[in-house]
Amino acid sequence: MKVSGILATKTGGVITAHPDQQIREAATMMAKHNIGSIVVVNQAGELVGILSERDIVRKAVTHDHVFDMPISDVMTQNVVTALPQDDLMSVAHTMTERRFRHMPILNADRELMGMISIGDVLKAQRDKYRGEIDTLETQLMADDA
Amino acid sequence: MSEVGTVENPLRVAIIGAGPSGFYATEHLFKQKGLTIEVDLYDRLPTPFGLVRNGVAPDHQKIKSVTAVFDRTAKKPGFRFFGNVELGKDITVEEMRQYYHALIYTTGAQTDRPMNIPGADLEGHHPATEFVAWYNGHPDFRDYQFDLSQERVAVVGIGNVAMDVARILCRTPEELKQTDIADYALDALSKSNVKEVYVLGRRGPAQAAFTTPEIKEFGEMEDADVFTIPEEVELDPLSEASLSESADRGTQRKVEIIQSYASNQPTGKSRKLIVRFLVSPTELFGDENGRVKAMKIVHNELYKTDAGSLRPKATDKTEVLDVGLVFRSIGYRGVPLPGVPFNDSWGVILNEDGRVINPDTKQPVPGEYTAGWIKRGPSGVIGTNKPDAVASVDLLLTDLRDGNLIAPTTPDAAAIAALIAARQPHYFTYADWQKLDELELANGAAQGRPRLKFTSVAAMIAALGK
Ligand SMILES: Cc1cc2nc3c(=O)[nH]c(=O)nc-3n(C[C@H](O)[C@H](O)[C@H](O)COP(=O)(O)OP(=O)(O)OC[C@H]3O[C@@H](n4cnc5c(N)ncnc54)[C@H](O)[C@@H]3O)c2cc1C
Repeated sequence: MKVSGILATKTGGVITAHPDQQIREAATMMAKHNIGSIVVVNQAGELVGILSERDIVRKAVTHDHVFDMPISDVMTQNVVTALPQDDLMSVAHTMTERRFRHMPILNADRELMGMISIGDVLKAQRDKYRGEIDTLETQLMADDA
Repeated sequence: MSEVGTVENPLRVAIIGAGPSGFYATEHLFKQKGLTIEVDLYDRLPTPFGLVRNGVAPDHQKIKSVTAVFDRTAKKPGFRFFGNVELGKDITVEEMRQYYHALIYTTGAQTDRPMNIPGADLEGHHPATEFVAWYNGHPDFRDYQFDLSQERVAVVGIGNVAMDVARILCRTPEELKQTDIADYALDALSKSNVKEVYVLGRRGPAQAAFTTPEIKEFGEMEDADVFTIPEEVELDPLSEASLSESADRGTQRKVEIIQSYASNQPTGKSRKLIVRFLVSPTELFGDENGRVKAMKIVHNELYKTDAGSLRPKATDKTEVLDVGLVFRSIGYRGVPLPGVPFNDSWGVILNEDGRVINPDTKQPVPGEYTAGWIKRGPSGVIGTNKPDAVASVDLLLTDLRDGNLIAPTTPDAAAIAALIAARQPHYFTYADWQKLDELELANGAAQGRPRLKFTSVAAMIAALGK
């Protein structure tokens, strides 16, 4: 299965913020949308970083005023991204190996197409196995019919 | 009026597309305790089951037996089938919204992705979907022509559909007679000149999309030998590493089978199936009549993307294959339904987990849902559509509780049936289909075959004396 298979049923759009917004605003957005990370884009809409709950916690240990800081001081800049046509299994492997929970998806023109989380990947894997079981089950039930 | 979902005011749902997703959605609706639900299942064809009838390969009869479970769903009180009724042609979404509390679109993925290379418009190059629909007797495709006088054929793509096409091209008439393949296709394939079939994959054996049983089956053909090419099936270091990291036994087994075919010797069978890896077509060459006569392919190597996926990259090594017939199977896409928001990037209905989304407001369209291939794209097996359809129906039920469905002006089963009958007098009920089914089985039995399909809508109507 490809990454695009996950994006097909996620059209709600990606929650984004600008690098000069405060962490307070970012945290408010995370709480409101119940998400663990935010994609950071510049005025042109280009990806410049990703801000995760973990980035905020890590910063808070040394900076009491983390909520007043701009996102750009806290976010991760070197973002690993995936393409819609990347294999989901390889992406899952990279996410677990490198301990990311989210990965932005960019197309070949580096436009932001969506975001996938490790939860999405696990769900896709579960659905794949469920699907195989359900096919067999449907066949067995058909034999009894 | 009483609450929706009661005996006095049943929850009325229209499901558009009677493939596996449509039936799984129906089944889940009827499982709800304490709710009275009526389902009208529509299909543009007189016959139900979608790709199980018109996609799944005829030499995989066992898989088609899943329809027995769908038959059981069709027996539930509150179920009606309206075959030969097309949404967008015979009835519109706006009209449907006057008669139902909810609509579920399960129309599948109906076209192939194009192959954008020079020569793609030459005669003799076809989407695999057309060939599949033709040999399965889909009424829209029965009159298509494929030049089976050619000796060499290329199938571009390496998923299960490509494997089906290659296998059917290599089956003997005796093998095909044991299937429910369309009679005209049986006839044409029995006279086929095809001697060599190439299946072309862009990436290596470790990335092949086909399943292990499919590649094993290639080794068990009655009158075709299967080959792979040693240099192409040797794993490159990247694939080797990724395979050992993932410890994926299934893929390891698949790679072993592919590699074992590299040492096969001809055994005198009359056809050859050659599975090629790490090659992409770059151009089709035509003869003076504008017919495909050859294909240029480039050899690829793999590189690792940021996200860890292995992708093909062209090298400067090319080769020309003399093939006179080309099928491409490089992915399916859904087609937009009139009046239903579409997501062109992925070729699916615009949706969030199965709720149809209004492109302007990015909010759900009340009472409209989708499931199956037209929701998530063409992935998985028949059963994958079950959890998928269940998830969409669960959202519908949540929206029912929250009062977020359609408030139809005429939630009346008889009224919509009258409208359909006026628009499409030759609509098929489930009882009609069951009569047709019996006839097909009987006609098949008379020839020692599992089924003899009716392949035109006119013949279906005539057979029932409608
Ligand atoms: C060639 C091929 C071989 C396959 N082989 C296998 C296999 O061996 N095993 C396996 O498990 N899976 C197989 N699959 C996958 C399986 O067929 C799909 O997972 C499944 O059929 C998808 O179900 P669906 O209901 O979403 O779509 P479909 O099965 O495509 O059903 C959609 C239905 O909607 C109807 N429709 C479309 N538009 C309209 C409209 N406007 N109005 C009314 N009705 C409409 C169509 O006529 C069709 O009946 C195969 C697929 C293909 C293409």
